[in-house]
Amino acid sequence: MQPGAEIDGFTIGECVHRGGMATLWSVTHPGIKAPLLMKVPLTSEGEDPAAIVSFEMEQMIMPRLTGPHVPACFGTGDFERQAYVVMERIPGQTLYKRIGDLPMPYDEARGIAGRIASALASLHRQNVIHHDIKPSSIMFRPHGGAVLIDFGLSHHSQLPDLLQEEFRLPYGTAPYMAPERLLGVRDDPRSDLFSLGVLLYFFTTGVRPFGETESLRGMRRRLWRDPHPPRKLRRDYPPWLQEIVLRCLEIEPAARYPTAAQLAFDLAHPELVKLTAPSQRQTRDSFGTVWRRRFNRGAMQPHAKSNVAAQLASSPIVVVALDIAEGPDAPNEAIRVTAERVLSTSPSARLACLNVLKLNRVSIDRTLDEQGQNKHVDRLVALQHWARPFGLDESRLTVHVLEAIDPAAAILEFAAVNHVDHIIMGARQSSMMRSLLGSVSGKVASEAPCTVTVVRPSRSTAQTDGSDGTPDHAGDTSAITPPGLF
Amino acid sequence: MRYPIAGRTLRVFDVGQRLVQPLRTTMRLALFSDIHANRQAFSACLEAARARGAERLICLGDIVGYGADPEWAVDTLMDLVGKGAIAVRGNHDDAIGAPSDGMNAEAQAAIDWTRGRLSAEQRRFLAELPIMRQEDDRLYVHSEASDPANWRYIRDTSDAARSMMATELQITFCGHIHRPALYSMSSAAKMTSFVPTPGIKVQLLTGRRWLTVLGSVGQPRDGDPAASFAMLDTTTREITYLRVPYDVATAAARIRAGGLPGWLADRLFLGR
Repeated sequence: MQPGAEIDGFTIGECVHRGGMATLWSVTHPGIKAPLLMKVPLTSEGEDPAAIVSFEMEQMIMPRLTGPHVPACFGTGDFERQAYVVMERIPGQTLYKRIGDLPMPYDEARGIAGRIASALASLHRQNVIHHDIKPSSIMFRPHGGAVLIDFGLSHHSQLPDLLQEEFRLPYGTAPYMAPERLLGVRDDPRSDLFSLGVLLYFFTTGVRPFGETESLRGMRRRLWRDPHPPRKLRRDYPPWLQEIVLRCLEIEPAARYPTAAQLAFDLAHPELVKLTAPSQRQTRDSFGTVWRRRFNRGAMQPHAKSNVAAQLASSPIVVVALDIAEGPDAPNEAIRVTAERVLSTSPSARLACLNVLKLNRVSIDRTLDEQGQNKHVDRLVALQHWARPFGLDESRLTVHVLEAIDPAAAILEFAAVNHVDHIIMGARQSSMMRSLLGSVSGKVASEAPCTVTVVRPSRSTAQTDGSDGTPDHAGDTSAITPPGLF
Repeated sequence: MRYPIAGRTLRVFDVGQRLVQPLRTTMRLALFSDIHANRQAFSACLEAARARGAERLICLGDIVGYGADPEWAVDTLMDLVGKGAIAVRGNHDDAIGAPSDGMNAEAQAAIDWTRGRLSAEQRRFLAELPIMRQEDDRLYVHSEASDPANWRYIRDTSDAARSMMATELQITFCGHIHRPALYSMSSAAKMTSFVPTPGIKVQLLTGRRWLTVLGSVGQPRDGDPAASFAMLDTTTREITYLRVPYDVATAAARIRAGGLPGWLADRLFLGR
């Protein structure tokens, strides 16, 4: 490798970084405008053998990744001639540069962790677990989105895992490594959520939750010993933040957030985080609990083989958009039946009930109605009431009233920002209203970034005929009356 | 012995003792194994392979046995070989000419039934198939490379390692076990195993050796009744394992109508 040399049309520029496993060179290509980096593994005698294997993983995984949360890949070269990966050069520094600023203000750390969680949600949807989440593998685009770099330890659930039997010891960064990694588990996406929890704990307290130990013995402690609650270190630590951090740092993956998207949701809505006992804790688990964890591991369930896609599919974020103001004709019961069907097949689903408080385009809106009641609060109460029959744990249910001029645009934006997997909403019943106001569900269905179910009660039970807005006389009364009443 | 073994390394000769390797060619290969005289399954796979632009066909043995259309299967393969396809011999093909004692009762019954259906020319074609073939850096064999005439199964990474150590070629293709799998060995002889996801390309990286175990066309046993085959792009070195649903009911009905053991029909529905 020499500056000025050419490999497969890429002209080598300066060497920008020399790491333990690879060197990074700035390169140019006449057909590519974006600034480029070439990553070249260190493969000579005496180098870490992990360098080759982790490079092979990057070579397989990087060309398949898409989206704004990873560097775009422009080419790979194999070991027969010159091994390399050419990727987009992300401007700026990694998050490691912020380590001198710790502890950070809570809200700034929340914003950073939320952006990383969004990036992880995007990565996990592509069947990839990063396995080395730490400040030095995170960068940011100029508009703010997080970019994950370094996929040398990653796992792709649709590709052979070359690291699976390569090393007897788990490979990664000790302070950030999830406990199950120490048991050889490499297929659980929630390992990345643990690492992000370590980062969030560190950034908000200035202390690493499991210290800086590098020895396997020291690392194994996290299989039974929980970290000090952040409130013990900082009196003013917000309960919602401790709730989130401790949930990420749960020893059992099943007790953590089921998906990165659900974690991002809580980080985006701290006021809606359901506070449980851990949010107030000042002390660690009792000696007895730790003892049982440490010496009774044999009694624990063996770790079921996991699959990234199945894990995500069982834990969707489902939005129900309800039209509370439309009156008794709104198909809210039919929406409930549909939502029940979706929730019954997704044990870790999270439900967000939405209502849009429509603002007028011209007049200045008052949040109080004629009777002086607060419309916003009324609607929140109505949404809570509607959702009560589901019997969902409060940590899985949130209600939101959005204020917007364009209801469809508000629902679409909520879905995009919160990584929503499924929107359930009703079709407007009256065709006259539909022709006057346009179809909200039609716009949402055609533009949403996810699945949309439009609920329409079947004709025989509908109150109005879709053709002209007049009452439907076609069906006889017995067809409308539910037979269960007799 | 048909295959000379020198040390740990096995040298493979074609029927014509081709010692000079041809120039590397780049093309899309379709690889089939364990057709087992299942006409419906093999037809569906051939059609799927053609639709994907297959330029060359490789058959990894066990053309007959179990299924009810051995004449059609052998004729089809003879025709394909005449047009440039490569085929190697499997244990069921072998048993037609040289009775074997290592088979279970149902397999043996199917072999005896099949033998009576095939013409002398068809039987000779099967008997004369090579036990292994080499092409560029690829080895084609029915069972595995370390002791191919003993028809051992690749069940785990140690079986795979034994086969990979027995050849210098970078990629070995085999079948025999009726369950798709993909093994690799790093330059430090570390092994990885993987159950391929249908339809997802995997690049066979040049830095390591690969053993690609194909599923069965005509009698899958991994719980999925759909026929299994694979495509390899020799330029990008990407392999794609594929599953093709086919008319199982007709294939099973023909097995029953032909008087073969009923379980051979039943298991097609289960993929077991």
